[in-house]
Amino acid sequence: MTTEFAPLLYSQLAVASADELIFGVARRPVRCGFGLEIGAGKVYPEVNFTLPTMIISDETWPEVCAHYDEIGRQVLARAAHLKAPGLVLEFELLPAMTERPEWGAEITRILKSHLANANQKWGLPCALRVTPTDIREKVKPPLMRRGEACEELFRSFELNAGAGADILSIESVGGKEVHDRALVQADIPAIAFALGVLAPRDMTWLWEQIRNICERHPGVVSGGDSACGFANTAMQLAGQKMLPEVLAAVVRAMSAARAIAAFEQGAVGPSKDCAYEGPIMKAIAGVPIAMEGKSAACAHFSPVGNIASAMCDLWSNESVQNVRLLSGNAPEAFTELLEYDCRLMNAATASGQAKALRDLLTVSDEWLSPQAAVLSPAATIEIASAIVAKTDPYDRAVAAGVAAVDILDRGRHEGHLSLGRKEAQWLERIKKELEALPSDWRELEARLEPEYGQLYDKASYGLE
Amino acid sequence: MALSQRLFDAIVDGNAQLAKSLVEEELRAGADPMALVAETMIPAMDQVGKLFQEEEFFVPELLLSGRAMKAAMEPLRPLLAAAGAKPAGVVIAGTVKGDLHDIGKNLVISMLEGAGFKIIDLGTDVSPQKFIDAIREHQPQIICLSALLTVTMTAMKTTIDAVKEAGLRHSVKILVGGAPLSERYAMEIGADGYSETATEAVELARRLVRLEK
Repeated sequence: MTTEFAPLLYSQLAVASADELIFGVARRPVRCGFGLEIGAGKVYPEVNFTLPTMIISDETWPEVCAHYDEIGRQVLARAAHLKAPGLVLEFELLPAMTERPEWGAEITRILKSHLANANQKWGLPCALRVTPTDIREKVKPPLMRRGEACEELFRSFELNAGAGADILSIESVGGKEVHDRALVQADIPAIAFALGVLAPRDMTWLWEQIRNICERHPGVVSGGDSACGFANTAMQLAGQKMLPEVLAAVVRAMSAARAIAAFEQGAVGPSKDCAYEGPIMKAIAGVPIAMEGKSAACAHFSPVGNIASAMCDLWSNESVQNVRLLSGNAPEAFTELLEYDCRLMNAATASGQAKALRDLLTVSDEWLSPQAAVLSPAATIEIASAIVAKTDPYDRAVAAGVAAVDILDRGRHEGHLSLGRKEAQWLERIKKELEALPSDWRELEARLEPEYGQLYDKASYGLE
Repeated sequence: MALSQRLFDAIVDGNAQLAKSLVEEELRAGADPMALVAETMIPAMDQVGKLFQEEEFFVPELLLSGRAMKAAMEPLRPLLAAAGAKPAGVVIAGTVKGDLHDIGKNLVISMLEGAGFKIIDLGTDVSPQKFIDAIREHQPQIICLSALLTVTMTAMKTTIDAVKEAGLRHSVKILVGGAPLSERYAMEIGADGYSETATEAVELARRLVRLEK
């Protein structure tokens, strides 16, 4: 049975100023798992891991389980050895484990038993985040609200919630079928449509379902989403010089208009580690956030290694394969790395120097990349304020994009941000295209129909 | 400025409408369709690839040029077919079983199309059998396999093994690409080539087709 829930509509920030945006502290901390409170003063490691290169099949399944068993055992032993004050394990399901929900649930049980053991044996406060793969894009155009993949996805959520997940998350892909094409073409109107119309419509529906699943499983919290398939794709393509960095920065800001939909549907955090738009969620919804940066270089490179930690509540390594290193296996090695980062932040807090450390983490990256420039506490407040000043997700996405352009433009003119000729040209172009967007998204929808209409199923977004 | 230079520039600048109208103008002036493609249009796309490699172009500019090339090819296609002209090669492309990522694959497709290849795009999550069926149906010179995940790159080997088992390995060259891959892995699984970027993939495809001939 589900309780009545009235969706929220954020119209003001949860914090009074950028000074309140600091690592380890969220306005609305979250209690979950075995005595863990996230956002209540300390930063904890969130350790993420995956299999080494191998085939997942019935034949190899015992080996798959053995890997996760080894990871759980080693990571928690390392955390206990280092006297970590708390820890989150994230189990990000691989597509095959979501397609066969029983597989995912089996791994969840294995990891949860290690967490229970660690809590009992060492008193370690800890929790398990479980993130099924959004497999709804298996068919083209993707069917977001019906069909086999959709059913498998929700069965995966249910089984994992029943098997011991403490936090449910997803990197949802609603709107990605349009965004993928729009992004590589730097088609700003189509990007705005994907991030401001399609994605929030999907997330509003999806997170209502996830909230209901959590209500059926007491103790399981509805975490948060990530614009991984949107803004992180842009970040990676920019990193490979395939897209302008300024575009990636603007897409990051615009993606926050989509991310907020989860929290308006009752998600409580912590948001996903790869959601670099997390600080904006913290500013608007007051929720604790997971972030990743320099300690995620095992998974991907980024220009935001330090600044990403400035406001985090969980500090993650994104993903690392269970392979042998000189010290030990990679997941336990990264547990150590994350814990030392967290120790430093927590020591700064304990000695009253948290803001000084936050500012160092910020300024060390802020103006070296447009993508870092939109992640500072001040930029976070500016973008978050632009979002809550609007009520429609499309207006919010456009406003966030304009705010990001303003931040970059100002940084450039004030001499902080150095942009090459091509990047500067692109910033001008993006600015003009954002300014030229129609005020009514339906006009945009009609305009984009000939090129993009066949890519998405309108019923999946309630657009019929 | 000579008409052919204007056509070259229109493709490089990604102006599809202008490129198409310039081709029509060239044809009215009696230009040889095959020469137009070989001497102006493909060199224009090569220039686009060069600008991309030199980081003067980003992907959006590269795709715009690809679109201009496609538009310019429209009036030429029936004439080339009548003259018995063949594409630079036939390529089947797909992201392997279990993997839903397709941005990298689509970039390679776009670049290959620009270079005059005929592409059959099988999409994402493509089973080995689907590749085999497509090879039998389209008789390509090349198949391109894409993967982004470390746990799906193994499906490339499964696909290559299945192609071997079906007795088709000798008839196609196999190219692989994707973030977790390396040249070494490509060789280990029995591929004919690996490229790190879409522009390198075009060069590789050309080389392999030349060898085939």
